[in-house]
Amino acid sequence: MDLNFSPEENAFREEVRNFVAEKLPAPIRHKVMNGVHLNRDEHVQWQRILHQRGWGGPGWPKEFGGPGWTPTEQYIFEEECAAGGAPRLISFGLKMIAPVLMAFGSPAQQQRYLPTILSAEEWWCQGYSEPGAGSDLASVKTSAVRINSTEGDHYIVNGQKTWTTLGQYADWIFCLVRTDPEAKKQSGISFLLIDMKTPGVTVRPIITLDGAHEVNEVWLEEVRVPVENLIGEENKGWTYAKFLLGHERTNIAGIGIAKRELARLKRIAAAEGRLDEPLFAARVAQVEIDLIALEITNLRVLSAERARKAPGPEASILKIKGTEIQQAISELMMQAVGAYALPFRQADVGPDYAANLGAGYCNLRKLSIFGGSNEIQKNIISQMIMGL
Amino acid sequence: MNFDFNEEQRALADTVQRFIARDYSFEKRRAIRDSGAGWSRDVWQALADLGVLALNIDEEHGGLGYGPQETGLVMAAFGAGLLLEPYLAGAVIAPALIRRTASADYQREWLPKIATGEAIVVLAHADARGEAVTENKGKLSGRKAVVAHGACADLLLVSARTAGGGIGLFAVTPGAEGVALRDYPTLDGQRAADLVLNNAPAIKVGAGSLCVPGNPLRGQVTANAIEAALDIGLAALCAEAVGIMDATIAATTEYLKTRQQFGQPIGRFQALQHRMADMLLHLEQARSMSYLAAMHCASEDRPARQRTLSAAKVTVGQACRFIAQNAVQLHGGMGMTDELMLSHWFKRLTAIEMSFGDTDMHLQRFVRLARAA
Repeated sequence: MDLNFSPEENAFREEVRNFVAEKLPAPIRHKVMNGVHLNRDEHVQWQRILHQRGWGGPGWPKEFGGPGWTPTEQYIFEEECAAGGAPRLISFGLKMIAPVLMAFGSPAQQQRYLPTILSAEEWWCQGYSEPGAGSDLASVKTSAVRINSTEGDHYIVNGQKTWTTLGQYADWIFCLVRTDPEAKKQSGISFLLIDMKTPGVTVRPIITLDGAHEVNEVWLEEVRVPVENLIGEENKGWTYAKFLLGHERTNIAGIGIAKRELARLKRIAAAEGRLDEPLFAARVAQVEIDLIALEITNLRVLSAERARKAPGPEASILKIKGTEIQQAISELMMQAVGAYALPFRQADVGPDYAANLGAGYCNLRKLSIFGGSNEIQKNIISQMIMGL
Repeated sequence: MNFDFNEEQRALADTVQRFIARDYSFEKRRAIRDSGAGWSRDVWQALADLGVLALNIDEEHGGLGYGPQETGLVMAAFGAGLLLEPYLAGAVIAPALIRRTASADYQREWLPKIATGEAIVVLAHADARGEAVTENKGKLSGRKAVVAHGACADLLLVSARTAGGGIGLFAVTPGAEGVALRDYPTLDGQRAADLVLNNAPAIKVGAGSLCVPGNPLRGQVTANAIEAALDIGLAALCAEAVGIMDATIAATTEYLKTRQQFGQPIGRFQALQHRMADMLLHLEQARSMSYLAAMHCASEDRPARQRTLSAAKVTVGQACRFIAQNAVQLHGGMGMTDELMLSHWFKRLTAIEMSFGDTDMHLQRFVRLARAA
């Protein structure tokens, strides 16, 4: 057992740190460090900077234009990016649809879609959840009917997707659709790529409790989708969907972000004199200790992953603890500033650092809900790991 | 970065696990617990024959020269088997303390005897409130509280305030004039004793390199050495806790799969499944911190070492409480009985949380160290 990073890994860390310090535009850094949402252009700008360096797809193998990093290198990269105030990579293209395309897409699909994900020329969003299909994802109702026609075979898609994160920016949506209404739940589902510009696609904002427009409803009415946009085989979509959900949990612990936010919490708490209060100081210490432990747990999972490739059910442990810690930090930050956490979306009252804390706390309640709610993760742990 | 144990370490763990499975059954343990002494010299000799008493002693003193990782593996196995013999006190803390405080001659005299099982040496450190042990002209007076395995010691190493105002470490022989041990069982089935010293003859340990006569920092040096030895012990204690929690969760999982109510195994009920998931989260976080504690417990960087060990004890202590309480809860009435191993694991986990500083104490120390940094 050796808990140290290798000299090569430490050198790599240094390289990433220097790169972020040098190349990350200051306005973006300032926003990230203060918990302000970024706009589309800012996300795209950072992705292009990374892409130029050859780091656009941290989890991608070399054959598809990625750097071919080990899980540990990816972890170091994400940690240093977070520490340096870089935006979180937009995962829908890079971490969700891309691995599915690599594993199950045709060569034509891989060539068509992967390069523009890396270069941020096209923005993807996720069409999984529906009003009636959240945790019970396999009950999706959006239908796709195959039409054989002389102008080319296609599907006609009808239905509604929801909680579509940053769908307002998206060029493409990957969707779970029902292609066999007769089949048993999981077996009648297919995986379709849909151009958001197709007639019949409508995006409507959902405003969340923090007043932000981050998620959307996507309505699909008589949307015509060429059969070339089907991933893999018809009615095998559930297999690809589960594969994707597995990848979504990689780096779900968010150690780098939590460390950055913990440092912000300590700065704010110190400025407010709260660390002199034993009870508040103990609550901060408790989160810090939980994070130290989670970092080691995360490295243990990474170490096991090296041998096995895809993240196993242990990723559920990381998801639960990681989100609990991030939520606790956001809660303590809000508490730390007292009444000045209450002015809503006002930049010019109270200390600068207090401006987004109330909204930030509200926003992060999402963490224990998305990506498989923490209750679903507990089902996975008790059933898949413990065999109950 | 690598979390695997090497072949030698796995073989060691295997040896100790087999010893527990074969020679330290629940019934055997019960018989030892209920015997007059509450521990077994024969078992101690068997452990010496296995070589595990020599684990933490360097090769030049007849030991194997292993470290905290190997100790952790052994402690985890002894934890699952709820060993009653004084392994932590006698084979982990005592050698670490002697190595850090004693003269070369003293080390040559005692370390080989510890390795062979010939001598059990126990540190008596925590003073009874208001009755701190003090030294006056080579004699000790005062009271040490709840000295784990105090009564089975062949030699006691006693910390005391010296006339010069520092902390010194003194060797006291049980049975000598002015030395009284009040021996009793503790909550976890182990033994402890209050040590009452009344002008008891004592020999100062460590005229050696660490304690320089006339050095005003001398007492601090000894205090730091005691603390360093206890830190080695604390990491071992964390590993023991993880071993017990592993066993506790495995037994509870098995119980949930077999116990039927409402026509199905109770493990099908989501409320219980989620409780088990919460227990596993605690366990894995505790395991991580136990590894980190083993990594840092012998470090010379005192603030960093203490910070890590306090973080570890907080995580492990909270896991001990959560897992112990919920394992009993999920076993229902059966969890309350003396006849299941479970209740004995519960009591040891309870005792571990309260030993070497409880969760609150370590959380406060973590805060203090963070502020000082």
